[in-house]
Amino acid sequence: MKVKFRLQKYYRTVREVKGPLLIVEKVKEVGYGEVVKVLDPSGRERMGTVIDVAEDFAVVQVLEGTSELDVDHTTVSFYGDTYKIPMSDDVLGRVLDGLGRPNDEGPPIEPLDYMDVNGLPINPVSRDYPKEFIETGISAIDGMNTISRGQKIALFTGSGLPHNLLTSQIARQARAGDEEDFAVVLATMGVTSDEARFFREELEGRGALHRSVLIINLADDPPIERLMTPRVALTIAEYLAFELGIHVLVLLTDMLNYAGALREISAARGEVPSRRGYPGYLYTDLATLYERCGRIKGLKGSITLIPVVTMPNDDVTYPVVDLTGYITEGQIYLDRGLHQKGIYPPINVLPSLSRLMKEAAKYTRRDHMYLSNQLYAAYAEAQYIRSLSLVVGEEALTPRDRKYLSFGEAFERKFVNQGPYERRSLDETLELGWELLAEYLPEEELTRIPPEILEEYYPKRKRE
Amino acid sequence: MGVRVGRITRVSGPVVIAKGVRGARMYELARVGEEELVGEVVELRGNLAIIQVYEDTSGLRPGEGVKLSGKPLSIELGPGLIGGIFDGIGRPLTLIAKEGGAFIKRGVSLPTLPRHRKWNFKPKVKAGDKVREGDLIGEVIETPSVTHRVMVPPGVKGRIVEVVKEGAYTVEDVVAIVSNGTKKMEIHMRQVWPVREPRPYKVKLDPKVPLITGIRNIDLLFPVAKGGTAAIIGGFGTGKTVIQQQLAKWSDAKVIVYIGCGERGNEMTEVLTTFPKLRDPKSGRPLMERTILIANTSNMPVAAREASIYTGVTIAEYYRDMGYDVALMADSTSRWAEALREISGRLGEVPGEEGYPPYLADRLAEFYERAGRVICLGSEDRRGSVTIVGAVSPPGGDLSEPVTQSTLKVVGTFWALDKALAEQRHFPAISWLTSYSLYADSLGTWYAREISPEWPILRRRIQEVLRKEAELLEIARLIGIDALPDRDKLLLFFGKMLREDLLMQDSFHPIDTYSEPRKTLLIARIIMKFYDEAFKMLSEGVPLEKITSPKIRSMISKLRYLPTLKVEDEVSRIEKLITRFSMKGEGTYESQI
Repeated sequence: MKVKFRLQKYYRTVREVKGPLLIVEKVKEVGYGEVVKVLDPSGRERMGTVIDVAEDFAVVQVLEGTSELDVDHTTVSFYGDTYKIPMSDDVLGRVLDGLGRPNDEGPPIEPLDYMDVNGLPINPVSRDYPKEFIETGISAIDGMNTISRGQKIALFTGSGLPHNLLTSQIARQARAGDEEDFAVVLATMGVTSDEARFFREELEGRGALHRSVLIINLADDPPIERLMTPRVALTIAEYLAFELGIHVLVLLTDMLNYAGALREISAARGEVPSRRGYPGYLYTDLATLYERCGRIKGLKGSITLIPVVTMPNDDVTYPVVDLTGYITEGQIYLDRGLHQKGIYPPINVLPSLSRLMKEAAKYTRRDHMYLSNQLYAAYAEAQYIRSLSLVVGEEALTPRDRKYLSFGEAFERKFVNQGPYERRSLDETLELGWELLAEYLPEEELTRIPPEILEEYYPKRKRE
Repeated sequence: MGVRVGRITRVSGPVVIAKGVRGARMYELARVGEEELVGEVVELRGNLAIIQVYEDTSGLRPGEGVKLSGKPLSIELGPGLIGGIFDGIGRPLTLIAKEGGAFIKRGVSLPTLPRHRKWNFKPKVKAGDKVREGDLIGEVIETPSVTHRVMVPPGVKGRIVEVVKEGAYTVEDVVAIVSNGTKKMEIHMRQVWPVREPRPYKVKLDPKVPLITGIRNIDLLFPVAKGGTAAIIGGFGTGKTVIQQQLAKWSDAKVIVYIGCGERGNEMTEVLTTFPKLRDPKSGRPLMERTILIANTSNMPVAAREASIYTGVTIAEYYRDMGYDVALMADSTSRWAEALREISGRLGEVPGEEGYPPYLADRLAEFYERAGRVICLGSEDRRGSVTIVGAVSPPGGDLSEPVTQSTLKVVGTFWALDKALAEQRHFPAISWLTSYSLYADSLGTWYAREISPEWPILRRRIQEVLRKEAELLEIARLIGIDALPDRDKLLLFFGKMLREDLLMQDSFHPIDTYSEPRKTLLIARIIMKFYDEAFKMLSEGVPLEKITSPKIRSMISKLRYLPTLKVEDEVSRIEKLITRFSMKGEGTYESQI
């Protein structure tokens, strides 16, 4: 990493090495949050930051792990500034490591600017409300849980579900406005090298890398590096969005691994844990990341954020999942049952919700909101009848109930289900929705759609 | 005690330890480091002062200076608060954006109230008048909705020596001089008050008047009194913020203080963009003309989040002292408690349950205790109130957690948000089975007197039907609805009607968003009238299918989308229809139209 500031003194006064932490004695003029360079006995360099500082000692968290560090020969030097990364539009099309350093065959990034990875809070007065929409090409998202530019919406998943495929599909297919005004930043935290290769091949092999930045932190990278990875991703996104005026979609996967790293460092510091051993400031920490997305009045770009969170044992009340749900503006749920049925993407639209869909749908089509409500209501009714038929048996169902059952099946198989390389435009998605309604449900069941919209869009009538 | 200087010996996140400050006091305001970051003394250990800093401490070094001001953390009170948006320690965010750009930088020092703006001050006293604390000195039209009353600050008493003529003055100009014989005191339009100290009043009164919210579920079933306290408790996605915003929009308070405490930035943006466009149903003026926003969103410094609710409630008390009804919304107190926990952890205090400090319950109780309906200071008999509505976000929706439990101990009204209702898109998702209001009986008297004697009776009956419906649904789940007797099926029919046509409310619908008590009464009354007639008919042998014909149901279900006057007409039509049908005891409604 290139750093524009001068190195200060070298210290060989390490007193303690504990987990990811290093305690250095007899330091002078060290600032809180400052970047540290640590040289291990064999001369290898590692980055760290100061997380506690007193008159005569500093606690350093070493971002690249503390293995092989000792108290006698390890050398520590302080940079006198916080962690900054070099930035320019060269960053597009690049693959970086978890600390933001090039990790591909390309040249170093020629910096136009250095940016602090911690960012600054956006003044609520200067925020612009999320609006317009991002097209992912996925019916269950665009049609039912439309995402606004500047929104943060979580993807809740479970182990063994195809979230990587879905994440890469979103990264490949997403569009917002003109091609040149849109970019994707995809950051992985604690993924296996297989998964990392998958993401890279998906983007590179399918020609999406030139408008993307791929930031990779692997499962066997020091966990502490993970704390920086989403910050690097968001800093790059801020540069692209608010300096260059690009609409940026940031995908962070998997936040569970990020939170694990946070828990580890908290434990090493001996902090009082709250739920499941996570530190009490997990909410604040996640919020300082998620809140960096949005729009700013008078600026052209936007940052939209999709954090992917694995629910351990499919438990939505697990702290990382729960707190993410409190901060994000909606969530998309992957469902094990649908996955087992062979539906891809296995998005269960019932618990999924985009809180800002109204804002996005203002910019799509006039029938969008109504159609989506109607599909939601009909699918909810179908699910209810499904559970009922388990109790009373299918024979006891009325003809109306049966129609709903077939609608529910068709909705899953035709609307939700789509190929991992199939990109449906919003118009295609909406037409598909109308066709399903027309095929399976009588017109009098369509109570959520006002007559004038039915008149214009209901396919049966159109044919007449 | 003047400014004293010490120096930093340790920095750990938002907590800074300073050495060598003589006579440091608890809760004293501090300026930390070269950038003079704002902080507050929260603990004293020998000659060490422990300071929580309200701004990001990155780059701060041991050895840098610390200045203690000798004053506690305070907020400026005066004209210019209304319509404004401030951070957790009262700095004006609009001005900060104007001066520093879209991102909030550190070390900003801007006063809460605009310094150059001139207000038209109209004196209400003359030289020689005897005044005491709380007495009116003059008035300023702060916004077309709120007349700002300039009062004698607490602790000041004497004779007016001098008072300015009507005219334009800034908040720093002297508008009057009071002398108590030995000392002359200058009075400004601006007062300064320490945020952690409740403002004084004469007497606390019983809360007997409801805060009318326009939310049918709340007004009818679980009302809150002016000067009362309420908690909205629910997991994510249950609609806490929407209810808070609805309350901020439509409550019949004179002034609204809305604290976004550790929540989303976009929510504040939403308030900032929608409120100026919405109009108060009473005055017809834009809602922003009565609203004060305190924004300490989740990514802003955590210590300032801790302070934000005190800043908010002090402002609320100040307008109460003018004799106004003030409603304060704090969204969310859980995030405030987390800030408390984080600071406590950094101080190395012994943790209580789930890592929260043991004094969590006391702090929460102290905060809610600042609500109340009071007789204000001053010679005239002014009455004002502060109503506090706090949102609680229990982790995992688990109501046994400390913040929820400590809150329930002190609040008078509990609105329990139900995840299942929210998933069925039943909004507001306030559960009628677990929520409660301790004010219901005393407010029932007010409603009986001011709206209709039927109000408390309807309330009781409707709750009874809903309770029975829940029981029957349990049974139906086991044996199937068809196995229930007709009486029970009829009750289920009415349970659904009460839920969907009375309690459900669309906050995005231009009319349904606000329901005045009269309209709530009309809908509740017609459903229960139908209920009575229907059971009578059933006992007379009219078949269930005829009674529950969709005609009347669909007429009733449209009522909530109509303005009150139209509801009056429509209800009398429906009423006639029901009576005629009931008297004949046969045929269908359709055949009689």
